[in-house]
Formats: sequence, structure tokens, C-alpha cells
Amino acid sequence: MRITKSVTAVALVSLLALTGCSTGSGGSDDAAAAECKPSDGDVTLSFTSWVPGIEDVVSIWNKENPKIQVKVQTGPNGNSGTYQNFFNQLKAGNAPDLGQIEYDALPNFRVQDGLMNIGACEEVLAAKDEFVDWTWSQVSFDEQDAAYGIPQDSGPMALFYRSDLFEQNGIAVPTTWAEFADAAEKVRATGSYITNFSQNDINQFAGFVWQAGGTWFGDDGDAWTVDLTGEKSTMVADYWQDLIDRDLVSTYPGWTTEWDNAYNTGNVWSWNSAVWGANSISTGAPDTAGKWSVASSPQWKNGDAVSGNWGGSATAVFTGSKHPYEAAKFALWLNSSDEALTKLNEVANLYPATTAGLKLPILSEGVEFYGNQKIYDIFATASSEVPSGFTWGPTMTQTYNSVSDGFKAAVSGKGTLGESLKTAQDDTIKSMESQSIPVAK
Amino acid sequence: MVIMAVFTLYFLIPIWWLFVAATKDRSQLTGTNPLWFADINLVQNITEVVSYRDGVFLRWVVNSLAYAGGGALIATMLAGMCGYALAKYDFRGRDLLFNVFLGGVLVPATALALPLFLMFSQINATNTFWSVFLPSIVSPFGVYLARIYAGASVPDELIEASRLDGASELRTFFTVSVKLMFPALVTVFLFQFVAIWNNFFLPLIMLRDERNFPVTLGLYTWNSQVNQIPELRSYVLVGALLSIIPLIVAFLLLQRFWRSGLGAGSVK
Repeated sequence: MRITKSVTAVALVSLLALTGCSTGSGGSDDAAAAECKPSDGDVTLSFTSWVPGIEDVVSIWNKENPKIQVKVQTGPNGNSGTYQNFFNQLKAGNAPDLGQIEYDALPNFRVQDGLMNIGACEEVLAAKDEFVDWTWSQVSFDEQDAAYGIPQDSGPMALFYRSDLFEQNGIAVPTTWAEFADAAEKVRATGSYITNFSQNDINQFAGFVWQAGGTWFGDDGDAWTVDLTGEKSTMVADYWQDLIDRDLVSTYPGWTTEWDNAYNTGNVWSWNSAVWGANSISTGAPDTAGKWSVASSPQWKNGDAVSGNWGGSATAVFTGSKHPYEAAKFALWLNSSDEALTKLNEVANLYPATTAGLKLPILSEGVEFYGNQKIYDIFATASSEVPSGFTWGPTMTQTYNSVSDGFKAAVSGKGTLGESLKTAQDDTIKSMESQSIPVAK
Repeated sequence: MVIMAVFTLYFLIPIWWLFVAATKDRSQLTGTNPLWFADINLVQNITEVVSYRDGVFLRWVVNSLAYAGGGALIATMLAGMCGYALAKYDFRGRDLLFNVFLGGVLVPATALALPLFLMFSQINATNTFWSVFLPSIVSPFGVYLARIYAGASVPDELIEASRLDGASELRTFFTVSVKLMFPALVTVFLFQFVAIWNNFFLPLIMLRDERNFPVTLGLYTWNSQVNQIPELRSYVLVGALLSIIPLIVAFLLLQRFWRSGLGAGSVK
């Protein structure tokens, strides 16, 4: 991204606002927020989302709200091009009113001043309590009375495992990570692997760090802190490095045919993954139907109940939207009404970010592939156990690339996961400084 | 000979794999031999792809044909006329103009996509059919080829004779010169057709409404949603197979023309 002086200035201004140092002297956000009033006459909103089948959900709204019509635009998923398009459109001044943005990309848009603070819309702040705490902190950046989007879905993590294989081999399903490592040895003795450490799923690793209580980014008042090599992060990296070194986990790249195959043939027994992973297993490993179960993630300390999160996105209103009031109203409906959440789950497997949504009838049914276990109950619990403090950085694409390069090398025996984090730490700071985003040393 | 065979295999195996994969149902995709058939489900797979989401895939194919067919046709006409004018008319700045066109050959289309987006934004024309179609009707390489070919294959005497018979310049071009330049024009058409068909970056930046997508962008979008809707994985494969058919057809129909067109100007 080319950085001009004005963008730099904007980045600085927004960062000050972000960290609460702004005294409300009328930055663009304040001005925009103050204008959260209904527009006159009929309104047509444009909404870009890559959720497959979202048109079906929006058409429910359009039928019920003839005065606020929403037009859906689509594209490839965020990192595959739509985010870059959003930035282009913001630059050209023709961004849509609303857009889908994953939590890990929100800070980037925030720093580039692309998001409208819809916290000034009364209904938005009133709805805060309907959402699972940690999802709200993802869109408010923990600022008072702020919301830079409405949480859409979440990806609380739990342990998918082959209950049949664990039982047949007399291995107890691990409840702590220490037990998990012990079980890994026993599973390896049977010729299989307990799980797969996917070299390209940096988000999964971030989910592990999230569960361990670490965070990669933060702010110390007037600058960003970068902490990829923090105590918890390093602990998680060392843990998995040890399993890799002892050949106790496989290292297929995620979402490939080998990976599907490893699960389909029973070569790999478990996957600590997000709620939407349920669908990945049932379609990637169809021969294993009925043999899977879900349990809470293994814990770092015996008796704890903490979960990580992998994925999830928000519906944000872009700077320049002429109808923030209507946009916020629609975003709230889309992400908190029962009818919309049920439909979103049906068409695209989205797992709600509201507390009421977690109890939808559609989510309390047994799932055939998992031996009719009511697996979503486990995820509802997990969702309430995700810590609130995890913060994403403003240059995540670069950070992911850097970590991913290191992880790929590490699984093939060059370097370690810990060293990859160190390199990524340096690269991230360099990248932020080159964009004039203040970094605390 | 052996090397040729190896390279032929190297190029054909992915297509073979694509064809085989497109005939399988989803559960067999991972479990069975990737280079040989399991149950043949091709017809059923194709039906599923073309009926998914109200047949949006067919709409993409039609769009691609419109972008690539229409775009290539107009590009060929413009390039043909331009190249002919550069070859047959002497005017001031001719060489300068030609060098500018040559320079255009060197600028990758990708580099122009973002500036084009900002320009179309100015006139509120992004996310329209025209935002992809208009930039496609320009072909500097076509101008280059047409000039070389017109210079070599359209004799000045013939133009002279046609003028003496009282034909206007336009009429001379369309009735006499175009016929002589035909192989070159077919080559330009084919090149431009393939270039537009495969152009991905411009539609990616310009288009938001999936009803306007060309097939490449549509398949890419599906592919990026595989994690959420796993059946899209096989739809992408079958769609990819279907989407190369028009290219193969175009090549087979036009190959005897473009072969002679490519060699134009190499030997005098």
C-alpha cells in the first residue's frame, strides 16, 4: 500500500482516537458519529459480503423494510481481494455503505480511517449487551461508547476427535495440553498421529495463543505494542515445536487433499478447531461419518475453562456512507435477529456472535455426522470462555505472511516456530514503521 | 523426441487430472486415484454446477463470451484499421505514433487496472459491463501485428488500382485490404479473445455485482468460499473444465488462419 503524507496523518489521528487520547476535538469520526440521524425518504444501501447465499438473508429484510432497501454486492473472500478493493474504493470515494470485515482486518481499516464509528447510534450501544463480550471488544477496540462494526459471527474452538479410535485403543481423551502430549505418544505408537499442525493456518496458532491468555498486539497509550514473542506466545510455540520434533503430529498443509485424506483414512485422530470446522471434517472425511465427537479444548492448567477463537467477522459501516443510521439498523438486524441468524447458519454455517443466537433451535439439534451429539452446546460454552483481551494488529497480512514463511521452514526442519515468531516480530515492527504507524519500543 | 514427449505429458497431465476430477463425486475426490476414473458422474456434476444459485455459472459464461467475443471483435477492427493506416499512409508523426503503440505492448494490463478503476470511479462507471468491456477493446500488440502484416501483404499497386476505380479509402480498406489481411486479423482476434477471457485482475477490481462477473472471477470467488461451502470445491473443478471449452473451440476453428498469421513478416 502506498503511503502518502495525508494517509500518515490520518493514521496518526486515528491512532490517537483509538487509544483514547483524542479530546474529542472534532476528528472526522466524531463528526460522522454525530450525524447518526434517519435520512429523509427512501434509502438504498449497498452491502458487500462474500458470505455465500447472503442474498437470501437480505431479501428477508428487503421484504420487511420497503423504505430501506439493501443491495448485495459480492466478491472473493476478504484476503483474496475484497479488502484491497475496499481500500481502492475508499480512496476513490465510492465505498459501499456496509461491508463484511473479519476481526483480524478491522484494525487495518481503522488505522486507514475507513470505518465509521456507529457508536453514536443509540440502538447500537443499546444492543451491546446482546453480544458475547469478546466479540464486542473486537469491534469497539475497547473504546468507550464506540463501535466500528456489528459482530457477525464467531469461531470458538473445541476439540474434534475420533471417539471410536480413542476408545478402541484405550486412550483417554485429553483434557489438558500435558495430557494431550502424552496421548500423542500413545497414538503415535499405533502408527497414527493425534493431530495435524497445519503450517499455513496461522490463525489457528493465534487461536491457541488466544486461549493461553497471550495477545500479539496492544497499545500503551499512544503507540502500538507488538508482542509476538511474549511469554504465552512462546510457550505455545515451544509446545508445538516439541511435538513436531518428536514426530508426534503430522504437518500437512491445511485444506489440501492430503489433509482431507489423512482425516478420512484415520491417519489423524483429532483437530482442535473452530465451530465451522465441523463442516470441514464432515465434507473432507465423509468415510468417517458417525465416528467423531466434540469435547472442550485441552487446557493449559488443570481445572481451567478457557477457549480460543479462530475466525469470525463483523459488518462495518464505511466512512463516507450517507446513511449511517439506516446502515447501523440493518447491520443490527442482520447480526442479532433470530430470523437472520437462523438463515445465516442455514446458508453459510455462520455461528452467531450474540448470546441469544447461541441458543437458536437450529443449534440445539444433534448432528448426525457426530453420532447425533449436540455439538453446538460445547461451542456455546466455548464461546463464553473466550478471553476478551486479544487484539489484532494493523498490518496482519504482512504478519501472517512472515509467520507463515517461518512455519513452513520450521516444519521442514529449518529453524523453529519460536524463531519464526521472532522474525515476524521484527518484520511487523518494520512494516508498521514504514507506514508511519507509531510502535512502542 | 523424448524431451518433447515429457513436456507434452507435463502440459497434458493437469488437463487430464481436471477432466478426471470433474467426473467424480465429491467424496471420491480425495479418496480415489487422482489420475483415473471412479464412478462417472460428469453429467450430474455439470447439472449441479449450472443449476447452482439460479444458474449463475451460465450467466458468467455468457458474460465471458460477451466480454471476450465482443471485445476481441472490436479490438481487432480498431487494431486492423490502425495498423493499416500506419502501414499505408504517410503522415507526420507516424513513427512516433507507432513507437507509442509499441511502448503500449510493454505495459502489463495488470498495472493499468488500478488507474482505470480510479478513472471509472470519477464518472461513476465502476461495477458496470462497460468498465470491463471498454478497456478490453484496446490491443497495442494487434496494431503492431496489423501494421507489419498490412505492409507485407497489401500491395500499394492494389490500393492505387482501387482508387483509380473510384473506391473511397474506407471502401478500399473493407473490400480489398481486409481480405488480404485476414490471417493477421484472425490472429489478433484470437490473441485478444484469450487475453480478455483470462483477464482476471481488471474484473476483480471493477466488478461487485456477480451478475456481471466473467467466468474466471466467478470461479475464483467460489474457490475462496470453499471453507464455508465445501461442495464448491467440485463446482470449481467442473466449472474450470467447462470454462476452457470455448477457448479450445476458438483455437480449433481458427487455427489454420492464425498459423499463417503468426509467421507474417518473418520472411519476405
